[in-house]
Amino acid sequence: MFSYNFHWNQAFKALPQMLDGALVTLQIALLSMAIGLVVALALTLFRLSGNRILNGFATVWVEIARNTPALFQIYMAHFGLGSFGIHLSPYTALLVGIAFNNAGYLAENFRGALKAIPETQTRAGRSLGMTPLQAFRYIVMPQMLRIAFLPATNQMVWAILMTSLGVTVGMNTDLAGVTQALNAVSFRTFEFFALAAVIYYVIAKAVTLAARLAATRMFRY
Amino acid sequence: MIEIENVRKSFGQLEVLKGINLTVQKGEVLTIIGGSGSGKSTLLTCINGLETIDAGRIVVDGTDVHAKGTDLNKLRRKLGIVFQQFNAFPHLTVLENVMLAPVKVLGQSKAEAEAMAVKQLTHVGLGDKLKVYPSRMSGGQQQRMAIARALAMSPAYMLFDEVTSALDPQLVGEVLDTLRMLASEGMTMICVTHEMKFAREVSDRVAFFHKGVMAEIAPPEELFGAPKDPELKTFLAATH
Repeated sequence: MFSYNFHWNQAFKALPQMLDGALVTLQIALLSMAIGLVVALALTLFRLSGNRILNGFATVWVEIARNTPALFQIYMAHFGLGSFGIHLSPYTALLVGIAFNNAGYLAENFRGALKAIPETQTRAGRSLGMTPLQAFRYIVMPQMLRIAFLPATNQMVWAILMTSLGVTVGMNTDLAGVTQALNAVSFRTFEFFALAAVIYYVIAKAVTLAARLAATRMFRY
Repeated sequence: MIEIENVRKSFGQLEVLKGINLTVQKGEVLTIIGGSGSGKSTLLTCINGLETIDAGRIVVDGTDVHAKGTDLNKLRRKLGIVFQQFNAFPHLTVLENVMLAPVKVLGQSKAEAEAMAVKQLTHVGLGDKLKVYPSRMSGGQQQRMAIARALAMSPAYMLFDEVTSALDPQLVGEVLDTLRMLASEGMTMICVTHEMKFAREVSDRVAFFHKGVMAEIAPPEELFGAPKDPELKTFLAATH
């Protein structure tokens, strides 16, 4: 027999706390994307460098990031590195784990995008006296970023949702962490997590829409 | 002066240049004609070092292009090249396309580069397209932009690699007119082309390539009027 009584009031009272948590979530997601983008660009250059060691390093990174659970990656950043005496706070470990994951996926996005840019573009740049790095920086990279932009927003959404894995390493200030703590003292599991889910949904949707809007503004060619 | 001495080049088993000897003087307009696979386009990309060579040497104004230690990026500033594909940079406007290399490679100020770009674009008849993205232009316009982009680097030599081959027939004329204008202004040019009428009009000398060999080279009246090489006779008969 269905005997659960909803107590939404408790959840709504905790809303300000949860929204504070949502800000932390958004902050981690944005930071992890920024770090992920920079690392993904470096990995892309490693792959293009023709150097076997650099190329191998980038390939291993991308393979691990894409083919192991994100939970494992965050665990490794916290407990794994801890075994080697590198102790990261839950916040930093979560950030590092997600950034690692982002970098791998974004590097793969970039690889796909590069395939769509004809080799003759680089050739034209080199013919004008550019170094390989200049041709990449001014001719190939802007086109690559444009092609990879919308796929990359998927990764941003994924990063937001991945932050919820932080609870497994003791993260208690982000949306999932705050919700979990509230749940622990009130046992209103359904109400709190349903509300958290709505907040995650709204953030994710807002990011997707903002990205689409930004894309139409930025890419006018 | 561009000196080409006994240049050989193979792609795998296929030898595409079998010992080419050729000197191009300052101010000269040389056109290279010949069937596809005759090695004429390969020679152009060897001159600016985009392709390596297997034997011989190419010397541009005293610099051995393929010698170790040659700064190819620097050398390419004086060797403008325009390809069959227009290679417009799609993310930049026409003006930005032309300004990019002078700013990033030559270190010119934006104002300086813009003045030069506007001058060159106006010169090739695109003065009203500065803010347009290449995707909005015809093939002929994109190709003229590519010419202006090369000219903005103030090169000493211009290399044209079948620049009208990818164009719709009705757009060929406007690009050839641009080349004619450059030739009349005294630009040193090497043009690989299939446009025989054009070659006859603008060239100081015409070279005929066949299977990796320069079979004949002569002033246009002579080469077209009284061809000696049997392959050239066949080629001309087929193209007329």
